Amino acid sequence: MIKVDREKCIYCGGCVSVCPVNALTLLETRIDCDAKKCINCGICERFCPVGAIKVIKGGENADS
Amino acid sequence: MQIPEQVDVVVVGAGPGGSRAAREAASLGLKTVVFEKRQEVGAPVRCGEGLGEAWMRINDIKLDRSWAKQEMHGAVVYSPSGKKIVIPTENKGWIIDRKVFDKQMAIDAGRAGARIFVKSTVYEVIKEGDIVKGVRVRTPYGSFDVEAKVVIAADGVESQTARSAGINTVNNAHEVDSGFQYEMVNIKFEHPDMIHLYFGNEIAPRGYVWIFPKGDDIANVGIGIIGQHEKTAKEFLDAFIEGHPEMFGEAAIVEMNGGCIPVGAPLSKPYMSGLMVIGDAAHMVNPIHGGGMGTSMEAGIIAARTAKKAIDAGDVSEKFLKQFYDEWMEKRGKQLLQVLKVRRFFEKLSDSDLEKLADMVTPELLLDIADGRKAKTFIKIISKAPKIAMLAAKELL
Ligand SMILES: Cc1cc2nc3c(=O)[nH]c(=O)nc-3n(C[C@H](O)[C@H](O)[C@H](O)COP(=O)(O)OP(=O)(O)OC[C@H]3O[C@@H](n4cnc5c(N)ncnc54)[C@H](O)[C@@H]3O)c2cc1C
Ligand code: SF4
Ligand code: SF4
Repeated sequence: MIKVDREKCIYCGGCVSVCPVNALTLLETRIDCDAKKCINCGICERFCPVGAIKVIKGGENADS
Repeated sequence: MQIPEQVDVVVVGAGPGGSRAAREAASLGLKTVVFEKRQEVGAPVRCGEGLGEAWMRINDIKLDRSWAKQEMHGAVVYSPSGKKIVIPTENKGWIIDRKVFDKQMAIDAGRAGARIFVKSTVYEVIKEGDIVKGVRVRTPYGSFDVEAKVVIAADGVESQTARSAGINTVNNAHEVDSGFQYEMVNIKFEHPDMIHLYFGNEIAPRGYVWIFPKGDDIANVGIGIIGQHEKTAKEFLDAFIEGHPEMFGEAAIVEMNGGCIPVGAPLSKPYMSGLMVIGDAAHMVNPIHGGGMGTSMEAGIIAARTAKKAIDAGDVSEKFLKQFYDEWMEKRGKQLLQVLKVRRFFEKLSDSDLEKLADMVTPELLLDIADGRKAKTFIKIISKAPKIAMLAAKELL
C-alpha cells in the first residue's frame, strides 16, 4: 500500500503509468491506490518526480 | 445534456493527439464524440511546451500567437563541464502555451463537428469477445455505455483505456523519464530565442535540464531524469537552479508541473479489433528529447483516416486496423526506433566521453544523429576515439 503526500503531489499521473499491476488511478488532483492490487514494489515511489509517495507495508488506503 | 448512445468514433482524451484525431474524424463525416476526464482541457500542463514549426505543417495547424509564445532559432547546448555550444538552426520552433493550445485544438475539433464532454472519465471499454465495441463513461450527467464502431485511445501516459481492453501499456520505469518543471519569470539569460540544454550525469542522470524561453525574461525551466533514481527530479532541478544565481537569483516561480515521459520503444501492437491507441498512451514519443505533441497529433490523423476507411468498408477487424500501425511505422515509428538506439548509445557514455564527442562532432551532425540520421558519417568522424566509435557501431548500425 502507498501513501501520497497531498502537499507535494502535482497530480502528474506518472505513477499510474509505471505501476506494474494497475493499482493506481488519477482523478483530477487525487491519486487512489487499490490496496487489493498493490504489491508494495516501490516503483511508483522511485519514479515520483517530487517524492510524494511512500510505500507503507500493510497500511490502509491512505492519502493523508 | 444528451450523451449519444451510438457513434462512429469515440476518442478518449482531449490532449493534442485526441483532439487532432477528433477533428480529422469529424471532418471526414464520422459521428465523433470525445470524452475528457479533466474539467479543464489542457490543465494542469505536463510539458516543456516546445513545438517545432514542421509539426504545424505536418499536422495542418495554423500558427496562432494566442498560444505561440516565443520563436526559437536554435539551441544552446552545455556539456557537463560547462562548455557552451551555440547551434543556430534554419528550422524554426516555438515555445507554446499548452493551456491555450490544447483548448484551441479541442475548439477546432468541436467546430469540425465532434461532440466533446469534459469531466467525463472512460473507465472501461465494452468488449464482445476480442472486439472493442464502445466505452463505459462516468460523466456529470450520469454513467453511460456508449457504442462505437471504433475507439481511439488518446488518454496519455496513464493509458487506462487500452489496458482495460487487454493491451499492456504499462511503462517500464527505466524506460521513462521522470520530469519536473517550473515556469519562472525575471530570469536573466542570453539568447532568449534559443532553447538551452544542460547535459551531465551529475546535472540530470540520463536526461537533461532545459530552459525553454517564453519571452525575454520568462521560461520553462525543467528536467527529465531516468525514471528510477534515489533522488527526485525536483531535487536535481532545485540544485541546478541554486547553482545558477546569475540566471535565477531574482527569479520568481509562477507555475510548477511535471510528469512521465515514455522514452522507450513505442507499443509494438497499438491496435486490436475496434481499437487504436495513439500518442503517449502508445509511447509514441521521441526517445531523446521526449517531444510527443507532434507525434501524437500525426498518429491521431492516421488513426482517424484509418477509422474512416474501416467504417466505409464495414470492417473494423484487427487485420484492417493494422493499416494504421503500418502507416505510422513507415511515417514515424521507424525513425523513433532509430532515435531510441541513439539514446541507448549516449546513455553508455561517461561525462568525459561526452566532452570528447563535443570536441569532434559539429553541432549540425549532432542534430542529425539525434534525429536518427547519418550514423555512418558520425562513426567515421569519431574514429579518433576508437572505443566510442566501436560502441557507436555496435549500437547504431
Ligand atoms: C515534463 C514534460 C515535458 C515535456 N516536454 C515536451 C515538449 O517540450 N514538447 C513536446 O512535444 N512534448 C513534450 N512532452 C510530452 C508531451 O507532453 C506529450 O507527449 C503529449 O502531451 C502527448 O499528447 P497526448 O494527446 O498523447 O496525451 P495527453 O496530452 O497526455 O492527453 C491525454 C488526455 O487524456 C485524458 N484522459 C486520461 N485518461 C482518461 C480517461 N480514462 N477518460 C477520459 N480522458 C482521459 C487526460 O486528462 C488528458 O487530457 C513533455 C512531457 C513531460 C511530462
Ligand atoms: S507521480 Fe507523484 S506527483 Fe505524480 S501523480 Fe503520482 S504521486 Fe503525484
Ligand atoms: S508500490 Fe508498486 S504496486 Fe503499489 S502502487 Fe506503487 S507501483 Fe503499484
